[in-house]
Amino acid sequence: MNKRRLLLSSLAVTLGLGTLALAQTPALKKGLKITLLPKNINNPYNVTETRGGLDAAKEIGAVAKVVGPSDAGASSQVSYINTAIAQRQDALILAANDANALLPYLKRAMQAGVKVVTMDSDTAPEGRTLFINQANSEGIGRAQVQLVGKLTGYKGDIAILSATPNATNQNTWIKWMQEELKLPKYKNMKLVKIAYGNDDDQKSFTEMQGLIQAYPNLKGVISPTTVGISAGARYLSTSPLKGKVMLTGLGTPNQMRQFVKDGTVSAFQLWNPGDVGYLATYAAAALVSKQITGKTGETFMAGKLGKYTIGKNGEIVLGPPYTFDKSNIDKFNF
Amino acid sequence: MSSPELNRPKRSRFAGVVGWELTITGLVFVALLGGALLSPDFLTGSNLSFLTANFSEVALMALSMTLLVIVAEIDLSVASILGLCSAVLGVLFAAGWPMPLAILACFVVGGLAGLFNGLLVTRLGLPSLAVTIGTLALYRGLAYVLLGDRAIAEFPAAYTNFGFGNVPGTLIPIPIALFLVLAVVTAIVLHATPFGRSLYAIGANEVAARFAGLRVERVKLTLFVVSGLMAALAAVVYTFRFSSARADNASGFELSVIAAVLLGGVSIFGGKGSVVGAVAAVFLIGIINGALTIVDVSNEILTIVTGLLLIGSVLVPNLLARARSARERQQLRRDAMR
Repeated sequence: MNKRRLLLSSLAVTLGLGTLALAQTPALKKGLKITLLPKNINNPYNVTETRGGLDAAKEIGAVAKVVGPSDAGASSQVSYINTAIAQRQDALILAANDANALLPYLKRAMQAGVKVVTMDSDTAPEGRTLFINQANSEGIGRAQVQLVGKLTGYKGDIAILSATPNATNQNTWIKWMQEELKLPKYKNMKLVKIAYGNDDDQKSFTEMQGLIQAYPNLKGVISPTTVGISAGARYLSTSPLKGKVMLTGLGTPNQMRQFVKDGTVSAFQLWNPGDVGYLATYAAAALVSKQITGKTGETFMAGKLGKYTIGKNGEIVLGPPYTFDKSNIDKFNF
Repeated sequence: MSSPELNRPKRSRFAGVVGWELTITGLVFVALLGGALLSPDFLTGSNLSFLTANFSEVALMALSMTLLVIVAEIDLSVASILGLCSAVLGVLFAAGWPMPLAILACFVVGGLAGLFNGLLVTRLGLPSLAVTIGTLALYRGLAYVLLGDRAIAEFPAAYTNFGFGNVPGTLIPIPIALFLVLAVVTAIVLHATPFGRSLYAIGANEVAARFAGLRVERVKLTLFVVSGLMAALAAVVYTFRFSSARADNASGFELSVIAAVLLGGVSIFGGKGSVVGAVAAVFLIGIINGALTIVDVSNEILTIVTGLLLIGSVLVPNLLARARSARERQQLRRDAMR
């Protein structure tokens, strides 16, 4: 009796597993040949990015390599695209130096059966199947306000130190910041001023000085531009308000390291380029293994980053920006 | 008594050069063989087709550079002229000009840029090295004034096919077919016309050429204009091949052009060289680059290899010439002792 039940249940389990396996997507193929082609090599940002890709390749047993030009010229990537075709690579992952100059060559690669995935910097959609976007505008805008809220205890005046008044990306982020500020948890916070440093170091520096003098109740400044945040931090680091006014925004670890270490800035954001490369490699492997074809709504697993869904036009968003602070900044070099 | 000094002119003026040309042409085959040994993917039709297409602009500009270097001048501004012409082509097309007219304007600008170089060299007597270093910056700057960091891209398919496609039914890229035709034309002009012969005379000894009644200034001016026009043609090819007009197009190409010309046995001091040598050298550099790229040799190494080739191309003929003259001196001494 007992034995029979055991047998039956094991049969049931086996059957169940069987159906589960049937419903599952095909596994990632082993030994895939993947070429990673950054904008240029030896640039710390690109090194971090492609290292993420190589890590992912190791996890899935793919043979990946990084090649690329030493300058980020429009056409310098072309011979590497051709090489990927000639070497019959399964996938080519690239950050495009020019949206159009590479197009005919990428099309030729796709015709030859090489799966093309762009990361960071896209081509026209017909030149690739998937585009790995670091972050979308809504995610960046909202995350910046969330960070400044957390740093200031959701109280007091805040200001924005932007680039130029007509910078499209900056203005879209600012629009999403204002959306986020409408949420009830920000009711004790007030956006008092949007200043423009014109992505000029000197101008950003004096604008930061002006903000601090004009708004005594200022508790936080968001500078969503690498020029603005570092100039702002430089001013703040010598000001008596250092550590009292919370400056955050978008910057790179190398540029902000000293200000994080000396306590001027507690946290700032950007994406983790390593994750961009990592996700791109998983996406490319999923494409080659036919887990996905590039259609909107398809999903796949990207190792430690979890599950991703393909958005419209083959775009995959890595996620909200990554927050750098004292605890993790030394892990990055770019 | 046989005097070696009298015997010397019997040997063709090209003796040294012809040897060098054969060497370079031989090296082209060695490079092809080497590439095939390095990677099974190298000697495929599509790879070779791409590989040659990839140096079409350098090849085109190397033709006019050969002529200039033979008269002991140089044009370092060719890649900048290419960038400027590409920008002109893009801007005019974007402004709604019909394409043939935009291409014509592109040639006019190239010709004028060459004329300006030529006038500074011939009328003011300035060294072309200095003049064209200046215009290298000037023309590139003008290209940026026209386009900034914009790129103009949407060119009609009929034109981009010209830059990107192959001669129907073959794997020969259209720009390379064009280059081969122009190479034959240049070879005929240089080696079989009085004009071509006069270039050697000017390059070998300008003062003597002047006394012989050659219009040195006019010849040089013509060659600078030709150089500008060739850069304009290369600009058309480049713009359509990448379907992209940008101010930074082909930046740095002047070095590849000069490297090819010198490696081809054209003497930097003038008076010596041939089209065949330059063409073979263009192919040699292109094939070596392609073969090393396909085995994933890094860009830095590629640059180093090109540099070493260039040094070798100046050094080896020089050493050979020294060895030869040493041998002749020895012979002379032996004859004198007899």
